[in-house]
Amino acid sequence: MAARLVIDAAGPNTIISNNTGCLEVFSTKYPESAWEVPWIHSLFENSSAVASGIEAALKYLGTKDKINVIAQGGDGGTADIGLQALSGMFERGHDILYVCYDNEAYMNTGVQRSGLTPFETNTTTSPAGSQSFGNIRPKKPMPEIALAHGIPYVATSSVVFPQDIQRKVKKAFSIKGPKYIQIHVPCPLGWRHDSSLTYEIAKLAVETGLYPIIEYENGVLAQRKIKPKPVEEYLKKQGRFKHLLNNPELIKKIQDIADNNILKYKLSLENQSSV
Amino acid sequence: MKEFVEGSHAVAEIVKLCKPAVISAYPITPQTHIVEDLAQMVADGELNSQFVNVESEHSAASVVLGAVATGVRAYTATSSQGLFYMAEVVFNIAGLRLPVIMTCANRAISAPINIWNDQQDSVSLRDSGWIQVYAENIQEAVDLHLIAYKLAEDKSIMLPVMVCMDGFILTHGIETVDIPGQKEVDAFLPPYKALYKLDPEKPITLGPLVDPDSYMETRYAVEQTQKKALSMIPGIAADFNKTFGRNYNGLIEEYHTKDAERVIVAMGSVCGTVKDVVDELRSKGKKVGLLKITTYRPFPCDAIYAALKNIPKVAVLDRALSLGSFSPLLTEIRAIFTSKKKKPQVISGFNIGLGGRDITTHSIKEVFRLLTNKELTSEYIDLKPELLKENYDISDSAGGLSERRKEPSCE
Ligand SMILES: Cc1ncc(C[n+]2csc(CCOP(=O)(O)OP(=O)(O)O)c2C)c(N)n1
Repeated sequence: MAARLVIDAAGPNTIISNNTGCLEVFSTKYPESAWEVPWIHSLFENSSAVASGIEAALKYLGTKDKINVIAQGGDGGTADIGLQALSGMFERGHDILYVCYDNEAYMNTGVQRSGLTPFETNTTTSPAGSQSFGNIRPKKPMPEIALAHGIPYVATSSVVFPQDIQRKVKKAFSIKGPKYIQIHVPCPLGWRHDSSLTYEIAKLAVETGLYPIIEYENGVLAQRKIKPKPVEEYLKKQGRFKHLLNNPELIKKIQDIADNNILKYKLSLENQSSV
Repeated sequence: MKEFVEGSHAVAEIVKLCKPAVISAYPITPQTHIVEDLAQMVADGELNSQFVNVESEHSAASVVLGAVATGVRAYTATSSQGLFYMAEVVFNIAGLRLPVIMTCANRAISAPINIWNDQQDSVSLRDSGWIQVYAENIQEAVDLHLIAYKLAEDKSIMLPVMVCMDGFILTHGIETVDIPGQKEVDAFLPPYKALYKLDPEKPITLGPLVDPDSYMETRYAVEQTQKKALSMIPGIAADFNKTFGRNYNGLIEEYHTKDAERVIVAMGSVCGTVKDVVDELRSKGKKVGLLKITTYRPFPCDAIYAALKNIPKVAVLDRALSLGSFSPLLTEIRAIFTSKKKKPQVISGFNIGLGGRDITTHSIKEVFRLLTNKELTSEYIDLKPELLKENYDISDSAGGLSERRKEPSCE
């Protein structure tokens, strides 16, 4: 869904380089393809580098100005194994948009933790048990890592805001250089919730402050403001946090993460004018 | 034009003449001079290429993959650990049928860390689907790059080619080399026209998920193409010879093999040393020869069979090992003769020159000397028993080292 939005916004003059992950596995089984633009899959960790080669070729051919290049992957292929290639792409200044579809775990291989899995999440490789509350560290701050490269455009969005996604993709393509967009996409299977709740849950992630919707253009921050809701509302709808629910202390730790986000990104509508 | 140049520089010159649109590589000794020279050529405006400075070999291979997929010619070079770090992409490039050209400056693999020459790196990737050719000297290294582009980009091939040249010996050696002119290169190698490419005007999907229904056919197709390459290489070599005045067969070279009683089979720069020894022994009336293998993948079984079938004694030199089994080249040469009526009486295997250990004419004479009626398997040449005894408590029982010392010289 989110990928569809991104590609529609990018338009037909686009080439896509895709990391291994769920998205690709369900969208491109030979001899069919769901894509209507040129598309290449090479490996799990190198879509940024393959895209760098595509961009270099287009520059050589003199057609770069007419063609958008997108590299994309899931949270694991982006923040873990693919981070090196992505950092290289940022640092070299390629004119490419990188899109990370963040479902907060390795869903393609059966819900193992990734660097973007939230704190205390129960996954198959960070299970909750008598000695553990799940994933031991908070999400890796990918937007900030991207930003630290000094690239001109970094944004997050969520599958609940289709127009926001499309605006940001279009915005990104109006800017030359490396761009990074991270899109929050719930995975009912991995998060263990009913599919019908997808929209509500994704929205709650934003409204609690756990998934800040932010946009940095040349380092200047703009954000979607919220009237913060308690994180418990978000947590209780998902099986992956079930083990926390009778434990106010643990919920408090997650509330702290949300509160920190709200402060850091100035997300709260209260006592502030919105942008 | 004849120039007295370093091997790396000569390779950079020929790559420049092939006009790659995109070059990407990551530094590793002894490959560095090649890409440094190319970077300078781009910086000086002598070569119109996109030079992409990547953060690793994995990305270098990925960049050239992306570039060739977009329909342009590309080039990369690496060595040893760098090739291994690329390995995943190396297989991927062949599976995607992208005619990438890569130079492998052959170097030993860690641990222990060693920057000197052997061929463990490229030989370990022999099953990747890439065509692999090995240069004997700098002139051949130059010529093979041009032949490689011609072969790889042929519509009926569309496979990547790895041009292997022994690290330091060839990359840093200096020889008089005949570097072709741009006009002849252009005539021999037309601009690259991709069969399929990433192009928004005609969207296609490259590298989809392929299930058991069709995966095997894609592998079979690569194998058939490798066989096709075997039949095409001599023709391309002949064209090349006509334009550039050389004398290649492209697959193998037979050096005094016709009436030989003992023949050494080898790949790469050691062939030069073997030729010297062959010349010397021939002048003393010994019937010895060399079979040089230029194309290692696809493996030219028929040509090798024809060259060796009447040779009584064959020695195979390996500069790479398959630890826990027989050495790679030895295994393959022996395999050619299973179930064949005409065959050598003995095919002995020798491991030689690992990690940069010098291969002297003396070492080669030792191989000829040991090539008796007794078949030897994975015999080491120039091994130091005293180091083994001192450090590993391994004595003669392992390889019959001292027994061999007692044998009289056959020279
Ligand atoms: C996979 C791989 N690629 C390349 C090399 C070659 N290599 C060895 S050291 C080195 C550069 C080291 O640079 P740096 O880390 O900055 O340390 P410095 O030598 O400057 O102290 C390279 C490219 C290697 N050993 N392994």
